[in-house]
Amino acid sequence: MVIGLSHYLTVAAVLFTLGVFGIFINRKNVIVILMSVELILLAVNINMVAFSTHMNDIVGQVFALLILTVAAAEAAIGLAILVVFFRNRGSIAVEDVNMMRG
Amino acid sequence: MTVTAAFFYLFATITIASGFMVIASRNPVQSVLFLILAFVNAAGLFLMMGAEFLAMILIIVYVGAVAVLFLFVVMMLDVDFAELRQGFLQYLPIGGLIGVVFLLELILVIGAYVIDPGLVRSPMVPIPSPTVMTNTEALGQVLYTRYFFFFQAAGLILLVAMIGAIVLTLRERVGVKRQDIAKQNARTPETAVEVRKVPFRQGI
Repeated sequence: MVIGLSHYLTVAAVLFTLGVFGIFINRKNVIVILMSVELILLAVNINMVAFSTHMNDIVGQVFALLILTVAAAEAAIGLAILVVFFRNRGSIAVEDVNMMRG
Repeated sequence: MTVTAAFFYLFATITIASGFMVIASRNPVQSVLFLILAFVNAAGLFLMMGAEFLAMILIIVYVGAVAVLFLFVVMMLDVDFAELRQGFLQYLPIGGLIGVVFLLELILVIGAYVIDPGLVRSPMVPIPSPTVMTNTEALGQVLYTRYFFFFQAAGLILLVAMIGAIVLTLRERVGVKRQDIAKQNARTPETAVEVRKVPFRQGI
């Protein structure tokens, strides 16, 4: 049995769906939403690397590296905003987010 | 070949199962730990695809930095997470429906795709054989030459993220004594020392 491109794409598709699903069912918890976003970015990275291997082109891995960078920056900024929001409101529920400046 | 398939299914199963537990777990700390497990197994998948450098970066950056940052924030915030799970079952049917439809679409696309031979051209930068050059070396030879501006843009993004996170979370606490070096250096004997003539047997 040969493990080909489709196998990796299926794994990435399932992970992506889990990320989207996680955003839907954890609508109140910002931390789990951020984790779901990380899952989505991981699925995109798996797609990038799978196509890079399949096409025998290393450029896909370069772009996967850039996606990784953006994901790390996004997590840092998102969690910083979360900490500031918690300091101001004492809650991280999404429905409490209704003011533009704290 | 069978060993490859076995390892692929091992990594893929654990990745997907822990990805499911990330969104379904009751305790956010457990979610973060399952996220770490998912990342480690995705790194295994990357290794199987031949992207060794990205696999190691995934472990260092995601497991070592991002997931620990999540863990830190989850433990620092004093939140009642049980209360945040209210409405979980309420959103489950619509979320599940959307998830299933989305997954079916993706699987159908993946199952039926054909790459147009007209689109398959010679690769921009072909991956060299592992006997010639390691994956890390090959990636570096592309990243630092052809994609150098992308590399610098990535560095700039990280710098902005760092400054932004510091600016957002730094605060001046009241009632805490701090050392102000500029203020200390600006002191002169006139402002610091006061000479008084004390009358005999009276005090100040």
